[in-house]
Amino acid sequence: MTTQPRLVEVRQKVLKQNDLLARALRERFHQAGVYVISLVSSPGSGKTMFLERTLSHLRERHAVAALVGDLATENDAARLARSRAAVRQITTGTVCHLEAAMVERALDGWDLESLDFLFIENVGNLVCPSSYDLGENLRLVLMSVTEGEDKPLKYPTIFNTADAAVITKIDLARAVEFDTNAAKDSIERVRPGMRVFEVSAKTGEGLEQCMSHLEAGLARLRREEISREAAG
Amino acid sequence: MHELSIALSIVEMATEEAARLGVRVNAIHLKLGALSGVVKDALLFSYDLATEGTALTGSRLIIEEVPAVVYCPACDANRVIDSVQNFRCSVCNAPASQIVGGKELEVAALEIRE
Repeated sequence: MTTQPRLVEVRQKVLKQNDLLARALRERFHQAGVYVISLVSSPGSGKTMFLERTLSHLRERHAVAALVGDLATENDAARLARSRAAVRQITTGTVCHLEAAMVERALDGWDLESLDFLFIENVGNLVCPSSYDLGENLRLVLMSVTEGEDKPLKYPTIFNTADAAVITKIDLARAVEFDTNAAKDSIERVRPGMRVFEVSAKTGEGLEQCMSHLEAGLARLRREEISREAAG
Repeated sequence: MHELSIALSIVEMATEEAARLGVRVNAIHLKLGALSGVVKDALLFSYDLATEGTALTGSRLIIEEVPAVVYCPACDANRVIDSVQNFRCSVCNAPASQIVGGKELEVAALEIRE
């Protein structure tokens, strides 16, 4: 006997597992009092260089560590080790983005309580990472002046999931005739009100403002922690 | 492209649900938001690959596209935005960054046979 097809309601998020794990990670980071920043960008926008300078800078006053995602090599971790911060590589193989489970595995054995900042550098990709929450407090999207002012319009979703944007390689802006205002307009169109930093990791220009923003984030987290403890 | 891994998750989810109910799946109804970061055509292409050799071979993926909706503080109302390249209220043109819909990536229902 053949029966008529019928519909059964499911209503399940496809990325439910990742969302749940990310939420658990966020809670764990919060408990440990570590401010977690993820970096997303296209390949070659200067994420690793930016991170290298950021780690060196923050290391003077804070305990910092980084997880760096890459498809195949461990070169980035070796480069970042020069900043003398604790660095671990996550090699994703063919996977084009980081997932919460990869972050959780990479944290194994790390004492989060001893850290102030943890950076998570995603795989260079402006599409796939947008779907995956990693439990971070702040997502920074980077674009370099060599990429074109309309990059945010081409990849609106990733800009939309970010909390702040960094325009990198600003020292090259004039040489490549980069129109900073046009780039900011593009960002404003896809994410109204988002904070934008203009930075050169090479010369150090703009780095201070960006670091202050991160330190303010850490201070906010610590205040929340204190008020949570006070509330019992 | 992460659509293949998304498709595999969808297949896994539907397979588990079908086994639990003791039914066969004809089709999966999926809600896909304009801001989900997932491309419809790539997902449809990946779906056929993901179902190959599984209990879902030959089943269909039916995608319902969900538009991006933002809250406009000036109008105090939710508005569908015409373009994800322009987060402005479609009525008063004020910038609107608070997203209230369009991130969906959700298996809504299964079309089954007993």
